Amino acid sequence: MKKQVAGREVEVNEEGYLIDPSQWDESIASAIAQEESVGPLTEAHMKLIRYLREQQSKGVALTIRGIGKSGVTTIKEFYELFPGGALNKASKIAGIPKPVGCI
Amino acid sequence: MHSETSTPLKKVMIVVSRGSLDAIYPGLILANGARMEGIEASMFFTFFGLNSLVKKTMHSLKVSTVGNSALNMAMPMLGLPMTLPFPTWMGAIPGVSWFATSLMKKKMEKLDIPPVGEFLEIISDSGGKIYGCKLAMDMFDIKREDLCDQVDDILTVGQFYSMAGGERTQILFT
Repeated sequence: MKKQVAGREVEVNEEGYLIDPSQWDESIASAIAQEESVGPLTEAHMKLIRYLREQQSKGVALTIRGIGKSGVTTIKEFYELFPGGALNKASKIAGIPKPVGCI
Repeated sequence: MHSETSTPLKKVMIVVSRGSLDAIYPGLILANGARMEGIEASMFFTFFGLNSLVKKTMHSLKVSTVGNSALNMAMPMLGLPMTLPFPTWMGAIPGVSWFATSLMKKKMEKLDIPPVGEFLEIISDSGGKIYGCKLAMDMFDIKREDLCDQVDDILTVGQFYSMAGGERTQILFT
């Protein structure tokens, strides 16, 4: 379905995740972050978002363990930056699909 | 899958009472999965489940190959048919439990499932709480300093229940 985000129309699924990652830009990230009560987005958030987008484009399955080993952040900091369901929220803000998997 | 009509869970409290690898992992996965969904999670380790918190034993936990009637030749990752049972007498042979465990651990590493110690670290860093059972510690003569650093506290059953107050809390026994 279509949704207005940051003054633009983007295609999202029923949970609000962008369907096409190429429709994403930083203004969309800020708008979704606000909806999710995250931020305001800092460089620390953006570093992670860029990392997630990069991994996703390579087809790597995103896991909490993977984030901890990424060298970009620690798991503790990750949950502080994106309070609540960190990986889901960060993925939504990064404009990539919701990670599937149990770990 | 998020359902519009249901109220999401707020907290899960997971009791782990057995100490074989196949008994501990479901609890760890449930706790970590809860944190991933933004649900508060705490784990209460009692009886033989405590072995997963004891520094000396946490790295050498095994799959139970004896008295595990659902275990079959496919499950220790041998690649044989699931319909072939894994005989209990075979599980009792020295080294078999070790072998089944090492096969299973290899498979888990492939699936990016962390070892017990690292899994506890991940859950703790994610904001999950790790508790030991006071009675079980007294029973097995285990001291606080025997336990890994991730343990937040040693609790009685009453203290554990008092943490379960409030709406939308579930206590799970694995």
